[in-house]
Amino acid sequence: MKADIRIALVGNPNTGKSTLFNVLTGLNQKIGNFPGVTVDKKVGYCNLPDGRTAEIIDLPGTYSLYPKSRDESIVFSVLADSSNELNPDLVIVILDATNLKRNLLLYTQVADLKIPVIIALNMMDMAKKADLTIDVDDFARKLGVPVIPVSARKVEGIDKLKEAITFANKIALQQNSIDIEAIAPQLIESIKQEIGVDNPYFALQLAHQHETLAFLTPQQSDRIEELEKEHSFHSQKAQGAETIARYNFINDLLYDTVTQSVTAEDETLSNRIDKILTHKVFGFIIFFGILMFIFQSIFAWSAYPMSLIADGFVWLQSNLHHYLPAGILANLLIDGVIAGLSGVMVFIPQIAILFAFISILEDTGYMSRVTFMMDKIMRKVGLNGKSVVPLIGGFACAVPSIMSTRTIENWKDRMITIMVTPLVTCSARLPVYTLLISLVVPNKNIWWIFNMQGLALTAMYLFSLVSAVVVAWVMKYILKSRERGYFIMELPVYRMPRWNNVLHSMFDRAKTFVFEAGKVIIAVSVILWVLASYGPGNRFDQIDRKYQQTQYQKAGPDSLKRMVASEKLENSYAGVLGHVIEPAIKPLGFDWKIGIALITSFAAREVFVGTMATMYSVNGDAEKIESVQQKMRTARNEQTGQPVFTLAVAMSLMMFYAFAMQCASTVAVVYRETKNWRWPAAQFAYMTVLAYAASFVTYHLLK
Amino acid sequence: MRLSQLKVGESGTVKEFTDLEMSVKLMEMGCLPGEKVRVERIAPLGDPIAINVAGYQLSLRKREASTIILMST
Repeated sequence: MKADIRIALVGNPNTGKSTLFNVLTGLNQKIGNFPGVTVDKKVGYCNLPDGRTAEIIDLPGTYSLYPKSRDESIVFSVLADSSNELNPDLVIVILDATNLKRNLLLYTQVADLKIPVIIALNMMDMAKKADLTIDVDDFARKLGVPVIPVSARKVEGIDKLKEAITFANKIALQQNSIDIEAIAPQLIESIKQEIGVDNPYFALQLAHQHETLAFLTPQQSDRIEELEKEHSFHSQKAQGAETIARYNFINDLLYDTVTQSVTAEDETLSNRIDKILTHKVFGFIIFFGILMFIFQSIFAWSAYPMSLIADGFVWLQSNLHHYLPAGILANLLIDGVIAGLSGVMVFIPQIAILFAFISILEDTGYMSRVTFMMDKIMRKVGLNGKSVVPLIGGFACAVPSIMSTRTIENWKDRMITIMVTPLVTCSARLPVYTLLISLVVPNKNIWWIFNMQGLALTAMYLFSLVSAVVVAWVMKYILKSRERGYFIMELPVYRMPRWNNVLHSMFDRAKTFVFEAGKVIIAVSVILWVLASYGPGNRFDQIDRKYQQTQYQKAGPDSLKRMVASEKLENSYAGVLGHVIEPAIKPLGFDWKIGIALITSFAAREVFVGTMATMYSVNGDAEKIESVQQKMRTARNEQTGQPVFTLAVAMSLMMFYAFAMQCASTVAVVYRETKNWRWPAAQFAYMTVLAYAASFVTYHLLK
Repeated sequence: MRLSQLKVGESGTVKEFTDLEMSVKLMEMGCLPGEKVRVERIAPLGDPIAINVAGYQLSLRKREASTIILMST
C-alpha cells in the first residue's frame, strides 16, 4: 500500500501506545521485524479526513532516546536516519496525562531533533479522575506544537487527532526546550561541520551513539571518536547534565500548566491490589494459581480445537488421495506438504491461548509484578522474573513459550530463556514417556498411594525443570552481554485488560508463527516424508514384487499391507540412515529400528510412537498404545535373542528424549525469534550432546 | 543515608548518586537530585524494592538503590 504521509508513534512504555495504534489502524496492520533485531515492527494504515492515507509505525516504547536495550535503540535510528526506509514525516508523541513529568523527557528529546511533532495527550479521563487540571492551550502554546487530548481506550479524541495529522506542518515549529550547545559547545560545532549535520541535538546524539548507528560510515564514526577525545567529552556525564536540564525545563512547564487539587495521600486502588498480589504468602499462591490455570488451559482448551484441526487435515488428505490421480506429485502434495501444513496449524490453538493470557497479564500490569516477585530467585540462575511464564508454558509446548520470551527486555535473559525452554517436558514427550514407562516400570503401588509409573513420570517432569535451571545457570557464565543487568523498571498502575488488544495479540502471534516458522516446518516435513517414503535403487519395487507372490497373499489384505509398510520403512532412506547411525547409537543401547524412530520423530516427538507401530507392524490402529507396547515387549534382538527394550534401553531412550532437540517446529521458532541460525544450531548441538551423554550414562548404569 | 536503608513507608530526598552509569538511567526515570522518594514495598523475598517517585511506582534492586544517597534530615 502506498501512503501519502509516514507517521511514527513514540512514547514511554505503558502509555497506551499500542492501544492508540490499534484504534488508528484497526485491523489494517502488518507485523514484521525491524532489521537485525527481534522487535516487532508494527505498521498500519489510517485514512485521513482529507482522503489521504497515513502509514503509521509503532516504535518500541522507551523512556529516552538513549537506548538501554536493543529494542530501544531502534527508536533513535528510525527517527534520525533520513535514509531509513521507515524515517517518518511526522512523529506523534504519546504522553500519559497522569504521569506527564517523566513522559515529557522523551518528548523534549524528540522535539529537539526538529522533526514535525504532534502530542497525543492520552488518558485524559484518568487525569480528570485524579483531579489533574491541564491547561492544554497554554501547554500547546508553550511547546509550540499541537496538543490533542485523547483517551485511546475509550476511543475519544481520535477524530481530532486525525484532523491534527491532516493539518500538520511539514516543518518543525516546536520551541527549543534546552540549550543543547551548552552541553558540549565545541564538540557539537565540530560534528556539525565535519559530518554535515545542521541540528545541534542530532550532532550531540551522534557523539553519544555513533558506535551503534548503522547509517554512519566507519570513517565518520572514527572521526567522531577522535573529536570526542579532542574535546574530552564524557558521554555519561553529558547525558546526566542533559537530563537534569530537561527536567528543569519540564518542571517549569508543568508549574505553569498543570494543577492538582489537593493531593489527598489516600491509598490508591492500585496500591491496595498490590498489597495482596505481592504479599509474602498470597502473592506466590496467587501467582502459582494463575500459572497452573494457564498451563491447564493450554492443555485442556486446546485439545479440542487441535484434534479438530488434525482430523480436518486427515479428512482432507484421504479425500485428496481419493480424488487426485495417484502419483509422486499427489503424494508429495498430500503426504508431504499438507501433512506439514497440518503440523503447523495444529499449534495455533496453543499459541492463541497462551498469548491471550500473556496479553492480559501484560495489559493489566501484573506481569511487572511477577518480575518484581520472582527476580531474586530467577536472577541467581541467570534468568529473569519473566522467564517463569515461558518455562511453565514449556510444559505444554515450547513453541508458543519461546515466542512469549519477547516480553523479556534484557537480551541475555531472553536468550538464556529461549535456550533452556525446550528442555522442559512438553506435551509431545508425554506419549513417548507413557509408552516407555509402561513398558519397563511395573504398574504397582508403593506405600499404598504412590503408583510407580506415576512416580516415574513425575520424576521425568521434575528432572526436566531441574535440568533447565542448571543449564541456565551454566549459560549465565558463557553468554557475554554488553547490556548491563538493570532492574530499574516501572510498576504500572493496574488497569483492566483491553480485549481488543488481547484479540490483536492472539491473531498476530498465530499469523507470524504460521507465516514465518511455518515455512521451515513444512520444508522439514517434506524432507522427512521423502526420507521415509522413498528408498535407494529399486528396493521398493522388489518389496512390492515380493509381497505379490502367492505365499504372502494368504495373509489377508490388512496384515499384508502392514508387512509391506514395515519392510518399506526399513528399506527407505530413513531406514538406511537408521542403519548408518546404528554404530553411533549402539553405545546408548539403541538398535537401527530405534534409530529410524529418532530420525522420523524429528518432525515431532510423538511421531516416535507411530514409527514404532509401523516398525513392528502393529495390528490395527497405531493410536492404540497397548498394542504397540505388546509388540515392543516381545521384540527380540536378531543376533542375541535378548529383549530389545530392557529397563536400561527404555530409560536411556527417555533420557534421550528428555534432552534431545527432537522438534523441527522449535528449531524453526527459535530461528524466527533470534533471527540468526547460530542460536538454533547451538541449541541443537548442546541438547544433542547432553542427550547423548545422559543416555550413555543411564544405559551403562542400568545395564 | 542510602535509599536501600529506608524501611517500608519511609521517605527521603535524593541528594546524589555513587554510580555514574546507574545515575543516568535513574535520572531519566525521574529519580533526580532534589526529588522526594518513598519506599512503597519490598518484594516478598526481600529484593527488589518498589519506590514512589515523580508520581509513579518504580522498582529497583537493593544494590541499585544503594547507589542513591539521600539528604540527611
